[in-house]
Amino acid sequence: MMLKVRDLHAAYGRIPVLYGVTFSVAEGQFVGVLGHNGMGKTSLLRALMGFLPVAGGTVVLDQADITDWPAYRRSRAGIGYVPQGRDIFPNLSVLDNLRMGCAKVDGNDAPVIDSVLEDFPRLKRLLDRLGGALSGGEQQLLAIARCLCGKPDLLLLDEPTEGIQPSIIDEIIELLERLKQSRRLTVVLVEQNLDFIAALSDRILLIQKGRITREVSPGSLKDPDLVGEFVGVER
Amino acid sequence: MDLVLVLVIQVLFAMASLALISVGLAVIFGMMRVINLAHGEFLMLGGYSAIFATQHGINLWISMLVVAPVVVGAIGVLVERTLIRFLYGRMIDTMLATWGLSLFLIGLITGIFGNTTVGISAPLGGMAIGNYRTSIYSLVVIAITVVLLVAMYLVLRYTRLGLFARGTMQNPDMAAALGLSPPRVYAVTFGIGAALSGLAGALIAPISGVFPTIGIAYIAKAFITVIGGGAAILSGTVTASALFGAIQEVGTYFTTPVFGVVITLAAAIVLIRLLPQGITGRFLKRWL
Repeated sequence: MMLKVRDLHAAYGRIPVLYGVTFSVAEGQFVGVLGHNGMGKTSLLRALMGFLPVAGGTVVLDQADITDWPAYRRSRAGIGYVPQGRDIFPNLSVLDNLRMGCAKVDGNDAPVIDSVLEDFPRLKRLLDRLGGALSGGEQQLLAIARCLCGKPDLLLLDEPTEGIQPSIIDEIIELLERLKQSRRLTVVLVEQNLDFIAALSDRILLIQKGRITREVSPGSLKDPDLVGEFVGVER
Repeated sequence: MDLVLVLVIQVLFAMASLALISVGLAVIFGMMRVINLAHGEFLMLGGYSAIFATQHGINLWISMLVVAPVVVGAIGVLVERTLIRFLYGRMIDTMLATWGLSLFLIGLITGIFGNTTVGISAPLGGMAIGNYRTSIYSLVVIAITVVLLVAMYLVLRYTRLGLFARGTMQNPDMAAALGLSPPRVYAVTFGIGAALSGLAGALIAPISGVFPTIGIAYIAKAFITVIGGGAAILSGTVTASALFGAIQEVGTYFTTPVFGVVITLAAAIVLIRLLPQGITGRFLKRWL
């Protein structure tokens, strides 16, 4: 197992948000975490990345207990993070955003950026633009590209479809499928877009009120009755 | 003609010394948003480091260009690790803490070196321009300032160190997610800001002399320059020092030095009223 999360508790101040999350992810798996707003999806990723203090439980990455590690050590251990809202550096150019992504790459970053850009033709024309001047979809692509510059083994993706035009959502699905093959990425995706998560995931976990409540197969998300029962989403 | 040339040199020197005393603060306050009320004391420590080293047999240029920035840079890292790092984002607490640091440093230096002015004579002597004389050293200070500003531009624009500092200041959490340790970037950046202040204090020491409370003479000017310059720390510092330096020297020429400063401060108030985000808040937005 690449990532093992056991009985993870976390809280914002005194308000608990995760009440004992347990799941594991094998190498090369694409795991989707499906849930409503406020169920703890973003908090789960923030806790895995080290931005939300863990109140109990353990996080193990490749045999190493990283529960108490700061974010930059987790990143150097191979976790890549594409946050909700994308967090592009607004006053840096697209190229400099990618160079920031190469922070943990020693030596010359130009070949790394060139190889990543092969998968992102849309970004090649925008290298001189300021990150803050891009559209939401372009920023999402940039956030994924920037993350890949750090050569992560495990990718944490937080709602990449949020606020993005449908044409780019399809582009992101194709892109992630291609990357899954070519870079042998392990991915944890949290989402509430059913089509997106069903198209990409090998396994789907449902998160409700800060707990993983059950696992379903991607195919079962095509059945509207089941979906309504699982997550209370009316379609 | 000779008079014009001498005046031009004086104006350029006023601009250069304003830029010099401000660049360290541009890094620490402009970039890191730390209101460092001990900035003047960093300059003062630079002056003392250079003079102390020179008195102990180290070459004057090495004392000014190497010893002073290294010593004050090291003090800066120490201050960041023991004091500033607990206070990021807490403006009032930072002001109180650095004010306390300022008083502490003044007291410490007074205790060690006494409450008197120490100095070293400006090297290189003078040079005749027609019927007037000007010091060669002031030309050297102008040249060093230009080199320093160009070097800072190159570091910020083209090196990974400069990029990491800019990125981390914009979004420390995201920088951490990409593998940078924000505490380390903060400590290094603060140290570089302090080192720049140490260098500036050393370069000015032969002209003004040094005494423990000399920082008070610089700190207001430095803050006005950095705030007047706005968000782009380098082009902001350059344009604001050019503007205020010119106003001050021309004002001084037509009135008195005291009125020169008064006119400069009045101009600064007008500028901030018209451009609340500073010069680079309106112009040169994409510049560094």
